[in-house]
Amino acid sequence: MSLLSVDELAVTFGGRGMREVNAVSGVSFSVDEGQVVGLVGESGCGKSVTSLALMGLLPNKGVRVGGRAMFRTGRGETVDLLTLGRSALRDLRGTQLAMIFQDPLSSLNPVVPIGVQVTEILTRHRGLRGQAARKEAAHLLDRVGIPDPTRRLKEYPHQLSGGMRQRALIAMAVACAPRLLIADEPTTALDVTIQAQILELLKELVDDQGTALLMITHDLGVVAGMCDTVNVLYAGKVVEAAGRRPLFAAPAHPYAHGLLGSIPRLDAPRGERLNPIRGSINDTIAWQDGCAFAPRCDFYVDECLRGTPQLAALPRGADGHDVRCVNPVMTGPPETTTLLDKPTTPEETASGGDDDPDGGDGEGPAAGGGTDEDTGTGSGTEASA
Amino acid sequence: MLRLIVRRLLQLIPTLFGLTILLFLWINRLPGGPASALLGERATEADRRQIEAALGLDEPVWIQYGRWMERLFQLDLGTSVQTGQPVWEEFTQRFPATVELALTAILIAVVIGIPLGYFAARRRGSWLDVTAVSGSLIGVCIPVFFLAFLLRALFAVNLGWLPSVGRQSTGIDATEVTGFFVLDGLLTGEWDASWDAIEHLVLPGVALASIPLALIVRITRASVLEVLGEDYVRTAESKGLNQRVVRGRHVMRNALLPVVTTVGLATGSLLSGAVLTESVFAFGGIGSFIQTAIDGRDYPVLMGFILFIALTYVFINLLVDLAYSVIDPRVRVN
Repeated sequence: MSLLSVDELAVTFGGRGMREVNAVSGVSFSVDEGQVVGLVGESGCGKSVTSLALMGLLPNKGVRVGGRAMFRTGRGETVDLLTLGRSALRDLRGTQLAMIFQDPLSSLNPVVPIGVQVTEILTRHRGLRGQAARKEAAHLLDRVGIPDPTRRLKEYPHQLSGGMRQRALIAMAVACAPRLLIADEPTTALDVTIQAQILELLKELVDDQGTALLMITHDLGVVAGMCDTVNVLYAGKVVEAAGRRPLFAAPAHPYAHGLLGSIPRLDAPRGERLNPIRGSINDTIAWQDGCAFAPRCDFYVDECLRGTPQLAALPRGADGHDVRCVNPVMTGPPETTTLLDKPTTPEETASGGDDDPDGGDGEGPAAGGGTDEDTGTGSGTEASA
Repeated sequence: MLRLIVRRLLQLIPTLFGLTILLFLWINRLPGGPASALLGERATEADRRQIEAALGLDEPVWIQYGRWMERLFQLDLGTSVQTGQPVWEEFTQRFPATVELALTAILIAVVIGIPLGYFAARRRGSWLDVTAVSGSLIGVCIPVFFLAFLLRALFAVNLGWLPSVGRQSTGIDATEVTGFFVLDGLLTGEWDASWDAIEHLVLPGVALASIPLALIVRITRASVLEVLGEDYVRTAESKGLNQRVVRGRHVMRNALLPVVTTVGLATGSLLSGAVLTESVFAFGGIGSFIQTAIDGRDYPVLMGFILFIALTYVFINLLVDLAYSVIDPRVRVN
């Protein structure tokens, strides 16, 4: 059984007199031990709400959470994170489950020294106090690459640079070697060179500790560089789930296809128009009436509006390549996809997501915006061959 | 920290210096000047000249100012026109009462206001929250003297639980050391005197606390609500910390910043005398003394009093700034 298995997670916001909003409407995915799983989608698709629901950090009032999220703890028990009591959840958070947030400045308490913010978690979960806690905290800061850690312990968040702050947050998150680390857009607030360093660091820690990583991002470059498997979210549901290579080689859902197609290329002729997905996330329909993406879809057929499409294995797809679409795209990746660093061969596509982990390392996030020099012009046609 | 204090104290000098000039010019430019203010409307020109010569008012303004400043440095604020006593002595007799009352009021406001505001924010929308918010609105709206009368009528006159007037019961044989009766009782071991003084402080203290209490409740509530939504509180929760640590270290420490300012300002205004409350309870503080000084155009007293208020505010502002730099490292000077 997986480390974390999320089944039909649904989160509805609303209260007395307010219109209800389904932020997440039936998300299912699983994370195996030591695996890096991506949760990708645009703003408002329910990525962050999913992570907060798993951590039990949603507000108490005005939120309804449904579904199950079975998590295997270090002691071998399996618990449902969504129904677990508050104090039991507190015991899990920080030790078994940890989270890294998007904005490192606002996520650190401005009036408490970094040292205290690191040691408090050691005191709470590992019983370390005083000198021992400070020593371990310095060790943690050193491990995440913060120079002169003993001095940094006494400093406050505003005295650290953006990258340092994110490193400090990561140090707190990995302080107790959690089994699952949730990273909610950990690099969005950072500039590109720092992004690369932070992703590299996360990868190292995950490899060292055998921690599983749930990577929540809108950045396809991050996904291409890090994730073993990817779940693409749209309007609160997973619309495509696949290994990294099958997804980038042959995105089957029109939304995923459109996302990859919208990445601008450096080698495109000047003046060539960008290639966006038309409409906005507001042009949607309720999932029970049909596919929420239908109003924006270029591959729309009448069948799209006959009830909720099911997440099902892609015909002639790789193992574990599921798609929620009645008319999936079968033509391979869009012309412009350049995120994977080398041309993908049909054999690799067929072999599923078990590619060598070094495959996407080199460029990492730098390739994210499609800014790296092009390496895979031919990947599209080859993959679809 | 010490350097910060010294620097801030040095910065006070020009402020106070400017204040003395303004104050002196104001008194000097009053219609008719101090002399006719002293003598009244029917004074003859000869009388006026005589008193001006006696007080040195016929000399150039800057010489008068110099003299006044010279005396000020010797803590000589002049003589009260009404009582004939040195202003400094009049003040030192009455300040302890005012300070005791102000501190009682601010203590009541802080001890009740901060927890109330905090819990109102945590249980937003509950009956506690609604009561706290509407109660604080009433607290601001009720005139203090009216509340003072109500309290006195109910708890002192009708129920007889607490004394109705004064700072001390007449039969008490208390030794006076500092003039702060509660403190005196503690210093000399006369517990009954201390307790008696506290009993006398309760009703005027509660009446006077109403407005600062209302402000503190509101500001604490708003501030806690804001902080509860901050990302760093979520981070603290995500670390699985105990509720106590999350609330104390991560919520309250940040939420207290605006509250500190409010408490400082409220303390300043309370220390400058609560005329009405002191009158209702015949408390004998500086407030009622100033009231008669204004009526009687007792300029030396008024000048001394204005200087005192200014000093109080400046000093409290300094304390607030220091408190800020203790709580918030971002405003700390390196």
